[in-house]
Amino acid sequence: MVLRQIRRQRYMMNFETVIGLEIHAQLKTRTKIFCGCALSFGDPPNSHTCPVCLGMPGVLPVLNKKVVEYAIKMGLATNSQINRFNQFARKNYFYPDLPKGYQTSQFDLPIVEHGSVEIDVDGSKKTIGITRMHMEEDAGKLIHDEREPLSYVDLNRTGTPLLEIVSEPDLRSPQEAYAYLKKIHAILRYLDICDGNMQEGSFRCDANISLRPVGQEEFGIRTELKNMNSFRNVQNALEYEVRRQRDLLLDGETIIQETLLWNPDSNRTESMRGKEDAHDYRYFPCPDLVPVEIDEAWIDAIRKTLPELPDERKNRFIEEYNLPEYDAVILTGSRELADYFETAARLCANAKKVSNWIMTELLRELKGEDISGCKVAPEQLGELIAMVEKGTISGKIAKTVFIDMMATGKDPAVIVKEKNLVQVSDEGELQAMVEEIVAANPDQAEQFRQGKTKVMGFFVGQLMKKTKGKANPKMANELFVRTLTE
Amino acid sequence: MQPYTLTIAESLDHLQKKELTSKDLVESCLQRINKTETKLHSFISVFEEKAMRRAEEEDNKRQQGQSGSLSGIPISIKDLLCAKDTATTCGSKMLENFISPYNATVVEKLENEGAVIIGKVAMDEFAMGSTSETCAFGVPDNPWKEGYITGGSSGGSASSVAGGQCLASLGSDTGGSVRQPASLCGVVGLKPTYGRVSRYGLVAFASSLDQVGPLTRDVRDCALMMNCIAGYDEKDSTSVKIDKGDFRQSLEAGVKGLKIGVPREYFGEGLNEDVEKIVRNGVAILEDAGAEVMDVSMPHTEYCVAAYYLIAPAEASSNLARYDGVVYGYRDGTADSLMDMYKQTRSQGFGDEVKRRILIGTYALSSGYYDAYYKKASQVRTIILNDYKKVFEQCDAIISPVAPTAAWKRGESADDPLALYLSDIFSLSANLAGVPGLSVPGGFTADGLPVGIQLQGPHFREDILLKLAYNIEKSTNLANVLPEIQQ
Repeated sequence: MVLRQIRRQRYMMNFETVIGLEIHAQLKTRTKIFCGCALSFGDPPNSHTCPVCLGMPGVLPVLNKKVVEYAIKMGLATNSQINRFNQFARKNYFYPDLPKGYQTSQFDLPIVEHGSVEIDVDGSKKTIGITRMHMEEDAGKLIHDEREPLSYVDLNRTGTPLLEIVSEPDLRSPQEAYAYLKKIHAILRYLDICDGNMQEGSFRCDANISLRPVGQEEFGIRTELKNMNSFRNVQNALEYEVRRQRDLLLDGETIIQETLLWNPDSNRTESMRGKEDAHDYRYFPCPDLVPVEIDEAWIDAIRKTLPELPDERKNRFIEEYNLPEYDAVILTGSRELADYFETAARLCANAKKVSNWIMTELLRELKGEDISGCKVAPEQLGELIAMVEKGTISGKIAKTVFIDMMATGKDPAVIVKEKNLVQVSDEGELQAMVEEIVAANPDQAEQFRQGKTKVMGFFVGQLMKKTKGKANPKMANELFVRTLTE
Repeated sequence: MQPYTLTIAESLDHLQKKELTSKDLVESCLQRINKTETKLHSFISVFEEKAMRRAEEEDNKRQQGQSGSLSGIPISIKDLLCAKDTATTCGSKMLENFISPYNATVVEKLENEGAVIIGKVAMDEFAMGSTSETCAFGVPDNPWKEGYITGGSSGGSASSVAGGQCLASLGSDTGGSVRQPASLCGVVGLKPTYGRVSRYGLVAFASSLDQVGPLTRDVRDCALMMNCIAGYDEKDSTSVKIDKGDFRQSLEAGVKGLKIGVPREYFGEGLNEDVEKIVRNGVAILEDAGAEVMDVSMPHTEYCVAAYYLIAPAEASSNLARYDGVVYGYRDGTADSLMDMYKQTRSQGFGDEVKRRILIGTYALSSGYYDAYYKKASQVRTIILNDYKKVFEQCDAIISPVAPTAAWKRGESADDPLALYLSDIFSLSANLAGVPGLSVPGGFTADGLPVGIQLQGPHFREDILLKLAYNIEKSTNLANVLPEIQQ
């Protein structure tokens, strides 16, 4: 037993984790990829269907040009090669949510290949390769009756355009996988081509993960993880799987190549039984769609529409607002957060203060919620910080005002006025109180005069007590020093 | 004169001159159907009431001077073309109760031009076959000889036109399915260039080969039908934006100076003597009319059967996957698991020939076999296309038989699918290469069975084929010759 633990410890350091991610991003087009039906979420079942997406006999697909445009956008945003000639292929398999019996996807000629993004983990940068991206249609959904052995088919989602983004097996830890996923998410959101909602399934991620002894070229046997519908779940599932595989390897067992489902309730990965038989998808070029040919002019036109992307914005934040890189990375991690920062920063001179407020107070109070649902508008936060800067309220008071703002959405000025929180900066008023406190505490006054400057804290504390925290702390200090040394 | 014996062009003339009404014409065809259908079995459904109503509408429109180019003309359509709110069975038990919720583009075009769709006609199940015997709802009989096949898969189209039940029909041609039954039933049949006619609403057999085409009583009617159905359709990405002109325009402009190739590979072993004689006669007619006849070679013709019977089943295996019992069509209700439901539904819903081709196609696309079969066949397809490109550098069109024989007795080919596949050898190449092909009646065998002559031309040059066919038709005097049908 002891020996085994020692052996384990020795080897533990020597495994390298290899992860590749497959991301499915639902593209935010107005209509489906091959027909005119609107995209929807949460509408009554089968209310957004037509003969084409129902796979009725005789129908034909017509490619939505927007889907190609969005794929090109994503390709350009990730330094990828845009394949001027690409082609749709059919992936054949039977399942009730797939009305045609095949998924129209891309196979050997995808639209995008050979891209990369840069990630930042614990301050060090790393480039992650993107093998390919391809356009395809989403399937429908099955709804299983809880009381009877019946399943219902909802085909609203059928034909929703997806961009599948496949990474190289370049990720070496769950943290890197998390950072990569966040980066892809941020780029999609910056481009405004995917709403990125993992809970609703508009941004989905599967992972391939294996371990190998450090120094070994060859990959270990991998497992595929599915059902990770939050960023946190992705990291948790991968961390769990690293431990599971490592324990198996250390016990001399072999990894079974299989698909595992993450169970967020038990925090474990579970074997996906019953779907283990190897699929032969019998891909072949889709004869109903002509090859997609993309000319230079179109690519140039799309390039011109690209917005500022996360990395560019990060660099600008460092330059323009003089922020540390750490701040800039976090603030530009989502388009909304970066927008929030810039709006607030415009209203007060001190951008670093705004950054501090967002990264500590705001993100803490959001408790993981999306910034878009925040009750405090960026203008209000800017105003609050400006009030501190101008000395209207103290920093300490500002924090309590902010908590009020988060709860009520009221303007800071209103809260300050209502609760009478304006800082006391009237010298005469404060001086009178200072003299009173000094007179009432002769011992502490004597200590100060003999060089024990620490007692200043006691004096300021007394003043704050008297003013209910509203005394201007800077003035309080000055007045005590002057009074005590006179 | 019985109105049903008229061609489209003649009918339009009479209608224009008010010597005939659409009601008379449609009624005449409906009566003819009533009289002959017990023998011919051309139809899967007949729209008696609706056709009469439509005829009346067209008569009214004509009085107001608003008639289209096919106003009041009774036309049948193969039962794999979707017509809104009507059954579209594809000759299969699988779709026996399937009601199409939309119109095929060609159906819309026919109706926009005033045509009256009189019914939907029999076919080989999912268009897979050369005799129409795999139809699940009755097998059409050859109007020229009782107990003989019509050919297929558009057998009901051919028998309904040849039998006087309607003036024209729309069929579909994936490997000869318009041209071969046209040949065997003595009518004109055209497979247009791939991309010339929209496939939207044509239930797919093999998407890269399928093309809708007309069957008519003479060449002029064929041109008229093409004027209506040809053209780019934004609902079909494989249809081509190209000017279609008026297909009637070139009919009467002689053939003088045209170069006609006679591909020697089409005249080898297995070609019936009568058929050869009739085709040679067609060559002579064109030569007499001033065309320059030349011997040409299409060296890869023999590989077309193998290539076709991999590509078409491969595409079919995917196209027919949607018939799984989930959203529409036949479902076996007794299954108690999803997998059993799939298996039983498809085992019971499809006939043997369809299942055979799904199996072949699934095999050809399977991992480990794809390169040897599907991919290799695709390469052969390119080689065959190159044969055409080369030959059309030398000549304007090629002339050949449509099929090695005239019609044969029903049931004769039932046990030998391979022999049946081989009989498609002269018609498959046009689909693989996407070029247009036309069958025009050329004569009769000693047994009194009609035989067609095939003309093939470069992509989008249906005009050349129509012109040549028109000349042959003029000379043979076989335009609109209808058989006596023994009552």
